Amino acid sequence: MNIHEYQGKAILRQFGVAIPQGTVVKSPDKAVEAAKEIRKKAGNNTWAVKAQIHAGGRGKGGGVKIAQSLDEVKQYAKDILGMILVTHQTGPEGKIVNQVLIEQGVYYPGPGEPKEFYMSVLLNRDTGRNIIMYSTEGGMDIEAVAEKTPHLIFKEEIDPKVGIQPFQTRKIAFNLGLSGKAFKEMTKFVVALYKAYLNSDASLFEINPVLKTSDDLILAADAKVKLDDNALYRHPDYAEMRDITEEDPAEVEATQHDLNFIKLNGNVGCMVNGAGLAMATMDIIKLSGGNPANFLDVGGTANAETVEAGFRIILKDPNVKAILINIFGGIVRCDRVAQGVVDAYNSVGDIQIPVIVRLQGTNDEEGKKLIDKSGLKVFSAISLQEAADLVKQVVN
Amino acid sequence: MSILVNKDSKVLVQGFTGSEGTFHASQMIEYGTHVVGGVTPGKGGQTHLDKPVFNTVEEAVRKTGANVSVVFVPPAFAADAIMEAADAGIKVIITITEGIPTSDMVKVNEYLKNKDVHMVGPNCPGVITPGEAKVGIMPGFIHKKGSIGIVSRSGTLTYEAVDQITKAGLGQSTCIGVGGDPIIGTSILKAIQLFMKDPETEGIIMIGEIGGNMEADAANWIRENGTKPVVGFVAGMTAPKGRRMGHAGAIIGGKDDTAAAKIKIMQECGIHVVESPADIGKRMKEVLYQNK
Repeated sequence: MNIHEYQGKAILRQFGVAIPQGTVVKSPDKAVEAAKEIRKKAGNNTWAVKAQIHAGGRGKGGGVKIAQSLDEVKQYAKDILGMILVTHQTGPEGKIVNQVLIEQGVYYPGPGEPKEFYMSVLLNRDTGRNIIMYSTEGGMDIEAVAEKTPHLIFKEEIDPKVGIQPFQTRKIAFNLGLSGKAFKEMTKFVVALYKAYLNSDASLFEINPVLKTSDDLILAADAKVKLDDNALYRHPDYAEMRDITEEDPAEVEATQHDLNFIKLNGNVGCMVNGAGLAMATMDIIKLSGGNPANFLDVGGTANAETVEAGFRIILKDPNVKAILINIFGGIVRCDRVAQGVVDAYNSVGDIQIPVIVRLQGTNDEEGKKLIDKSGLKVFSAISLQEAADLVKQVVN
Repeated sequence: MSILVNKDSKVLVQGFTGSEGTFHASQMIEYGTHVVGGVTPGKGGQTHLDKPVFNTVEEAVRKTGANVSVVFVPPAFAADAIMEAADAGIKVIITITEGIPTSDMVKVNEYLKNKDVHMVGPNCPGVITPGEAKVGIMPGFIHKKGSIGIVSRSGTLTYEAVDQITKAGLGQSTCIGVGGDPIIGTSILKAIQLFMKDPETEGIIMIGEIGGNMEADAANWIRENGTKPVVGFVAGMTAPKGRRMGHAGAIIGGKDDTAAAKIKIMQECGIHVVESPADIGKRMKEVLYQNK
């Protein structure tokens, strides 16, 4: 589950990671109020106004501004709230901004120069252990750093038996070129960040930039956080952080029916049992000359209810010109699935586009007969190749 | 031969009396798997499906000689169940449970290191040696005893491959679903190494998907050490970048874990990669024929 920057920072603060003073607001007036409060606490003269959406690249898209006065805070909040923010991660349609985070400006002048670093904590799938990945090149797109200057990205793997050790935090601070107070602050920062990651059951904490301020404090200036869905049952307070306005409405509806749906931009919808077979079905659609309109895994039980929900979600997309239902009946019987498809078809009513149903497994012949006799405008198939041929026919 | 499970496997069911455990254990027994009993803490001493129920895996192993365990325990308790089985000396642990927190699996992974145990899964359909033992949730009837080893990251897509192999008249030595989670006990590479050593296996089918390096690792090993033909398929050519496609493991991250990148590496390593999942069985038959 993705959460907003301000929510990620709240988790960081719980575990002792230093973050800028900040408040999330939904109107320009509240933004000014928040800015005044922050000034009282932090004594700052500048503020950051940051759009809160679940996507990176907000600054480049105009979603992050530095305000030099309360008037500017108000103006920027007004500009950003309600805007459709387009970044390289939102897709061309962009995302509407409903909330802005007002923060203390942290790039203030002082004895030293502010400096930006990159740091993330995530699982190394090859070893099954967590790693801290960090770089001197902060504030930039880390993929670009990985491509151009891979030697500037460092990795520190944590042994789960003993946890993070002092030699590791020292190594990180040395590799980042720090000394004195900033060095000490960085070692504390790393320990707290790792603790936050572990204790929140996160799958990613990405802090870009980690800021060394002009007076040698180390702060998380940004926070991109993903939590492990499988562990949310242990964190009911984090589960409440879910913001469904950030998700595709069709995907939210699918979740309510226990369906796993992802919208794509093609012309052939599909409904499949099992994630791997669903991806393979999308590939088959492409090979047959169509383009998959979605990924939809109906899970282990493909019955009339789930198939009907699937039909309704897929049919919302006007670009869909055909639907392929691909069920490999293992323990679930194909004749039951076929009856479910027929019932769902009738219950939805008025389906104007061709539907191809491929049922294979237990009682597949009976299932095919049931579909063929239903009198519906439904093509039936048993083998995957037959289904592919039917898609080809329908698409052309 | 075959690998991991066979007619001599004495199978213990963890989470035996729950609804999943009950349903699939009875299917396994019906298939002919030698199920010796089950474990449900607090229900020891009872009889379920005509088999004894034990409180601990240790007791179950002591009294039945179980050497294989299949885990249907709910996600919150599954990691504990896997470690309990390993501690009790079970040699093959097959974890079906879906939805185990990744941080729990980090601990399990560490716990199993340097122990003489094969853990398959989690979030997998299990392992079947046709005609001998079905340890998992796959439909038994689509399988047929034969000489093709199948290893796959997905459930129903494995059944698809199995069905094609059966219809091509070949049959399977053993089929392993390794699971779709970010941390799994048996990688594709480990499964392929076992198949290469198994005298009953003549050809191998490897079904991958987007995300991670498992297919590339296996392919590189095959290039150096492979002695049997391997047919491959990678699901997710059309998957968009950065999205989670059902399996938590199936997120395209770096540039080398797209389907296209994996297919390229597999081809370079001499694996016969099919573009369409409908061609898996046909291709295996052709390749075997060419080799003879």
